[in-house]
Amino acid sequence: MDNDSQYSGYSYKSSHSRSSRKHRDRRDRHRSKSRDGSSRGDKSVTIHTPGEPLLDGSAREERDDNWGETTTVVTGTSEHSVSNEDLTRVSKDLEETTPLQCKRFLGPVVAGFLSFFALLTPLAFLVLPQVLWRDTLDPCGTPCEGLYVSLAFKLLVLLISSWALFLRPPRATLPRFFVFRCLLMVLVFLFVASYWLFYGVRVLEPRERDYRGIVEYAASLVDALLFIQYLALVLLEIRHLQPAFCVKVVRSSDGASKFYNIGHLSIQRAAVWLLDRYYSDFPIYNPASHNLPKSILSKKMSGFKVYSIDENPSNNTSGQSRAMIAAAARRRDNSHNEFYYEEAEMERRIRKRKARLVVAVEEAFTHIRRLQEDEAASSPKHPREVMDPREAAQAIFAPMARAMQKYLRTTRQQAFHSMESILTHLQFCITHNMTPKAFLERYLTSGPTLQYQQQSDRGRQWTLVSEEPVTAALRPGLVFALRRLDFSLVVTVTPLPFLRLGEEFIDPKSHKFVMRLQSETSV
Amino acid sequence: MSSYIPGQPVSVVVQKIEIHKLREGDRLILGFSIGGGIDQDPSQNPYSEDKSDKGIYVTRIAPGGPADVAGLRVGDKIMQVNGWDMTMIKHYQALKKLTKPKEEVVRLLVTRKSLEQAVKGAMGLH
Repeated sequence: MDNDSQYSGYSYKSSHSRSSRKHRDRRDRHRSKSRDGSSRGDKSVTIHTPGEPLLDGSAREERDDNWGETTTVVTGTSEHSVSNEDLTRVSKDLEETTPLQCKRFLGPVVAGFLSFFALLTPLAFLVLPQVLWRDTLDPCGTPCEGLYVSLAFKLLVLLISSWALFLRPPRATLPRFFVFRCLLMVLVFLFVASYWLFYGVRVLEPRERDYRGIVEYAASLVDALLFIQYLALVLLEIRHLQPAFCVKVVRSSDGASKFYNIGHLSIQRAAVWLLDRYYSDFPIYNPASHNLPKSILSKKMSGFKVYSIDENPSNNTSGQSRAMIAAAARRRDNSHNEFYYEEAEMERRIRKRKARLVVAVEEAFTHIRRLQEDEAASSPKHPREVMDPREAAQAIFAPMARAMQKYLRTTRQQAFHSMESILTHLQFCITHNMTPKAFLERYLTSGPTLQYQQQSDRGRQWTLVSEEPVTAALRPGLVFALRRLDFSLVVTVTPLPFLRLGEEFIDPKSHKFVMRLQSETSV
Repeated sequence: MSSYIPGQPVSVVVQKIEIHKLREGDRLILGFSIGGGIDQDPSQNPYSEDKSDKGIYVTRIAPGGPADVAGLRVGDKIMQVNGWDMTMIKHYQALKKLTKPKEEVVRLLVTRKSLEQAVKGAMGLH
């Protein structure tokens, strides 16, 4: 274990991440070793006095006061890969252990029940008089039958459009009520309730004999339901289609940003809309890729460490701090230099590894070939071992495995790709006749988050952080954030400019040109 | 220089300049550069008063060369070369008229602003 207290001055706390805390807990339990996580993003500093067990999350604030005392900061060695795998394993565990929430299905179930009830109501209106007082009803001939037909078709249209529009599994649970949906459900309930009320008072009680009137009444209910559905269509689906704002989404961990055009939505709906696009547009968040390497930052910061050993520290600190600042100012001149050279070196290394990887993969792909149909017949002459894609992938994986692993380590992507996943991808590429370049596309560029996620039905937990109530509509100048465990997306809303479009007519005959030469020649 | 009205005769005060060409190897050089012409852009001419004047202007004089010795100055507008008109001519054709290999001497008629002023001054005194 390294007890290297050279970088003792700098401490970085990632205060918002549950996973890193658990990560800390686990590591300390297993290995009782702490690391200086200055620029590793999610790795935390574990500064604990020797012999004292790590405090729980609730005592995080207290640790801030204690850290200046007799502590030993222990820096770790370069076991980057292990800790990254730890991290992803832990975060995956966290996601899998969140229980399936029943709240997710509450809204749709209620809405479904209400709409089912609303659809059955006209039929009930028609059937009840027939069942209850059939003999005393006025006979109703052709007009009633016409009404039956129209009623049937309208109900059919209502049914189909309800299925098309509303019978979809919900994609998100919102923190507050979805205002429009609630409004519509209330409206439907009111309609149906008032129709039933009227029906009960005026038809069921006095046993109304005019059956045609009853049928017309049922038809009017179906019309009303159709109009409510039109209202639902406009409010839920169409209103937000016309763009009104431009939102900028910035990821807090590495600055990846995108601009989107969005319509009139409430904050929570806009959050869902944006997260849909986040998963397919933003490159995956890599906790291991950070700006300044540890060595540069630490050297920069270690100049500020002031040890006050004397009795009256006030005399020394001013002089010392001035000396410190001067030393630090001088020292700071070099760190950008180091940064530049380190960046150049890193880039060179990546390019070298990439070249080796590309060559290895190309070579590996030349080892196998798809078996043609006619060759199968001539196989008795040259008995070749016929493999299925999985075996073929395993056969050619060996020569490229080393180059692939080195490349992934250099670009710090090894946490996202396990050997199994690489083999599966290779098998997929072989099956679909892809070239080596197509196979490598997944590893050379950092793809969107969806590419790396497994299908888990538990869903992803995002927290909407906003100063305004989340059912408020978007307005220009609004800022809210979507927080995840270890990073957050900060969203800024700006209005789209009003466009004043003018017209200018150009006569096609007005396109004339002259020469613009000015040559000077000597005689 | 008077402004040019298409179709109307132009009247300016001109100076006759006789340049004896200098033989250099197998070429005869005069020692100045010209610019302008009806196929050129007149608005870029730094020496003309009227920016739509498409005449041939002297843009550079090699110091000590035949043109300098003969009295040609930068900014002169060449009106005639050996009798050939230079006010309505393409740049390339003007070049050809100046650099005829058989001719040893060219006689130019040039005009410049100071000439006009000098004549006006002289006439005014009278």
